[in-house]
Amino acid sequence: MSASARNPARTSAHVAARIPARIRLLALGLWAAGLLVCVLIVSRTTFTTDLSAFLPQSPTREQQVLLDQLTDGVVSRLILVGIEGGDASTRAAISKDMAAQLRNDATFASIGNGEPVNAERDQRTLFDNRYLLSPAVTSQRFSTEGLHGALAETLDLLSSSAGMMVKPMLPRDPTAEIVKLVESLNASGRPRLAEGAWASRDGARALLLAQTRAHGTDTDAHADAMARLRAAFEAARSRLGPDAATSARSSKLLMTGPGVFAVQSRQLIEEEVTRLSIVSIAIIVCVLLLVYRSFTALALGLLPVLSGALAGIAAVSMGFGLIHGITLGFGTTLIGEAVDYSIYLFVQSRQAGMDNGRERSDWVRDFWPTIRLGILTSIAGFASLLFSSFPGLAQLGLYSIAGLLVAAAVTRFVLPLLLPENFRIRDVSRPGLFLLARLDGLRLLRWPLLIVVAGAVLVVWQQRDSLWNTELSSLSPVSAADIAIDGALRADMGAPDVRYMIVVDGESREAALQAAEKVTAQLDLRVARGELGGYESPTRFLPSEATQRARQASLPGADLAQRLAQASEGLPFRAGLFAPFIADIAAAKSRSLLKRSDLDDTSLALAVDSMLFQRGTRWNVVLPLKAASMHADAPTSVTGAAAVIEPANMRAALAAAGQPGAVFVDLKAESDQLYSGYLRQASLLALGGLAAICVLLLATLRSPVRVLRVLVPLAAAAITVVALLCLAGQRLTILHLIGLLLIVAVGSNYALFFSGGKSAAMTAQTLTSLVLANLTTVAGFGVLGFSEVPVLQAIGTTVGPGAILALLYSAVLATPANGGVGTSRAAPTVQNDDRRN
Amino acid sequence: MFFRFPVVVRALNCLSARVIAIATLCATVLLPTPQVFAADWTLDQLMSALARNGKGRASFVETKTMAMLDRPVVSSGELSFTAPDQLEKRTIKPSAEIMAVKGGTVSLQRGAQKHVLQLADYPELAGFIASIRGTLAGDRRALEQAFTLTLEGPAERWMLTLKPVQEKLGRNVHLIRIAGARENIASIEIIQTDGDRSVMAITRLPGQ
Repeated sequence: MSASARNPARTSAHVAARIPARIRLLALGLWAAGLLVCVLIVSRTTFTTDLSAFLPQSPTREQQVLLDQLTDGVVSRLILVGIEGGDASTRAAISKDMAAQLRNDATFASIGNGEPVNAERDQRTLFDNRYLLSPAVTSQRFSTEGLHGALAETLDLLSSSAGMMVKPMLPRDPTAEIVKLVESLNASGRPRLAEGAWASRDGARALLLAQTRAHGTDTDAHADAMARLRAAFEAARSRLGPDAATSARSSKLLMTGPGVFAVQSRQLIEEEVTRLSIVSIAIIVCVLLLVYRSFTALALGLLPVLSGALAGIAAVSMGFGLIHGITLGFGTTLIGEAVDYSIYLFVQSRQAGMDNGRERSDWVRDFWPTIRLGILTSIAGFASLLFSSFPGLAQLGLYSIAGLLVAAAVTRFVLPLLLPENFRIRDVSRPGLFLLARLDGLRLLRWPLLIVVAGAVLVVWQQRDSLWNTELSSLSPVSAADIAIDGALRADMGAPDVRYMIVVDGESREAALQAAEKVTAQLDLRVARGELGGYESPTRFLPSEATQRARQASLPGADLAQRLAQASEGLPFRAGLFAPFIADIAAAKSRSLLKRSDLDDTSLALAVDSMLFQRGTRWNVVLPLKAASMHADAPTSVTGAAAVIEPANMRAALAAAGQPGAVFVDLKAESDQLYSGYLRQASLLALGGLAAICVLLLATLRSPVRVLRVLVPLAAAAITVVALLCLAGQRLTILHLIGLLLIVAVGSNYALFFSGGKSAAMTAQTLTSLVLANLTTVAGFGVLGFSEVPVLQAIGTTVGPGAILALLYSAVLATPANGGVGTSRAAPTVQNDDRRN
Repeated sequence: MFFRFPVVVRALNCLSARVIAIATLCATVLLPTPQVFAADWTLDQLMSALARNGKGRASFVETKTMAMLDRPVVSSGELSFTAPDQLEKRTIKPSAEIMAVKGGTVSLQRGAQKHVLQLADYPELAGFIASIRGTLAGDRRALEQAFTLTLEGPAERWMLTLKPVQEKLGRNVHLIRIAGARENIASIEIIQTDGDRSVMAITRLPGQ
């Protein structure tokens, strides 16, 4: 758009009204066309609110695991549901009714609530395939000695309290293979049953586990799934009999899971962005109306803002393919900054003279260079963000640059053309005059102010170690209450938030499974040594074909009957008792191998799919690890919180397994590391941006003293804000850093005006425009401070106070010592080169 | 995060019959000091005698007769009860095993293997245990919620028959017969629906 406006730019020295109609039309036409294109792009833009803004674009393997888990894994498709309130039987009845409704709903791949819908199939699958699945199947086990040992053990078992357990299966499974299998499947994490449905350990909640067909990243689908769950809950509640009605009324539905978080975040961000935009626009409109007392002026004044916001969204959409809700929320803040430009134009050009035509060309001559430098300073700051590998930051950078450029260009090249013949706002110099009179007094505050700043530096220095929050979760818009619900339901479900995992990959499913088996062999050793609490593996339900074949091969052939007869000599088993066992072994030996499709419609399928999946052409196996528990006696309790796994030990296991391609991942460390990487990078980039600003100012102002006069107030404002945040107990996140950058960006205009040139003087009109611009900025950003979304709140609490301080500090510190303040007609600050724009 | 495969250890349900037997035993056998009763031995009198619970220990010899086996298998060990809700069966021969019921949890330990079950996961079992605790508190009605009770014989040689009224319980257990003299229990016999039976002979251990 700035390019489109080059033509009229050359005529800027001329009176706007005298610009040939053709060029006028061209400029306006280009602007309108540009807007139209932007609207078209924006209308096709995908808006997201998921974690994508925080995920790296070129991840390492460990980060890729994190990414997969967050966006694509089966885990991301789970919704944990809790039913609270009422009595246990009401909750169980609601759970069963909901499950019955939802099992017929194509939205969900599976619904689990403890009812034995799959139990028969699960058991049959396990039992039928026990000789392919059981790790105890070796040729030694089915030798005469092996069989004798197994039978003796089984007899012991029969005479014991657990005897009833094995009795029904004895004729088919005298070596108790199914018992071994079930033991290895680790049933300890299963939720308990109350009234036939899953319930929390304390019995206060009924539990239900829903798996959606849509991926966790499909927020619309998850919103729909949540609505269906809620509808099913209401329907189930209304169907309860009159005696349960009171109990039902007090029941309520809880939901959690990655998809639910995404939906909640989106809803929150949407609400916040809408609410805050409305509030900040309302405040800005009120302020402007109060000052201008003209709707025309108001409408015209908002034009650059709207154009800028539209262009910003369009630019991000073009550059990234989608735009994050947070970036959009940030857009409301741009209103606060971009509206400044038209304020400068309207207010400052008013002082430029009585001749309507001349005044704006004078504004262009006298003020535009200063404003242009302010804009360039902002852009230099934001440009550094473009290099961030944190997509969220890069989006913010692009959004700001495009938005500011377009807003400025529209102010400079389009707005003057649109102003009516006799447009001028009313005289607003009076507050300026009032303030001007006190400006000298303000400058006396120089030393006290420096003491304040020194104090701020001291505060920041003292807190330097705990200044930054290095946890990614500090950016999460999910509320603490929702996180608490999530933790509670996970603990209830016996599904602790898995932190450690090993990821193995292979060219095919078979290769991946074989690699996983080599790793689990090593893990078994470490579990036996007590270094590892346990692990889960898809190979328990779906061993590699090689392993299945090996197990088949180790099964005895036609001589089994003979071996069995020898083995049971001296044992009281009735003759012919084991005929079904002999038949089963014969069947297992020639049985086709167990395939993934054989697990369909069983609970095993979900378990396998959550740990074995295809990525492009390769297959991944995820092995969740459990740290060795401090309380070996409490297998059902969730004690993993404090327990940690030694990464070196796991890497040694992977090396011993001969799987250098396998990676051990600590998801929490990974995500925090990812974030602190962003933070470090962003700090460096911010410093780079600062350096760019210095160079820019030096090149333009050509006076180190003036550069200092511009930068010192801004730096002082930034450090004071940081100190204030510290004192308020806030730990800084990456977004506070962006806020500081914004203070410099917005404040640079103030400092530039105050620092003036030798010939420059602060006039009442200029001062009014600065105060007005400051008010709108504070309104735009300050409102964000009240947001519940941490990211927006961080920017708001930084820039809101920061903008005020930047203006104040600029007034005190930036003004030249020998008083540029006077009554001269204009405040020309950067007079060189105004034709080069 | 990861879905835990809900292995349905249905087979463990069979445990309930065993737990029932022990629970019944503990409720009836391990009682303190002898008392003199009236000649006319009623269910209420038995219950009030049994209700005087506390700590108790006994040795047992259990003989199981099963259709699958040519001859019965025998195991032996020790039983103990601690009011209000702890029951323990410690098998010594032929192989060591400890089964304990405490509160809502049943644990079974054999060698290195330990299984922990929640009574709530097995309603038939939970209902029964609740009845036993009702009995220990002298609550005959709680017992009658799960069983039809029949008392025969004189105080010196009584026989209490428990016939399950709940269908779930009745699937495995056909009858439980407890024999004793006054507050002492001599044997518990469990007859399963498939005809297999176990007889547990009980001897109180002194002390406590």
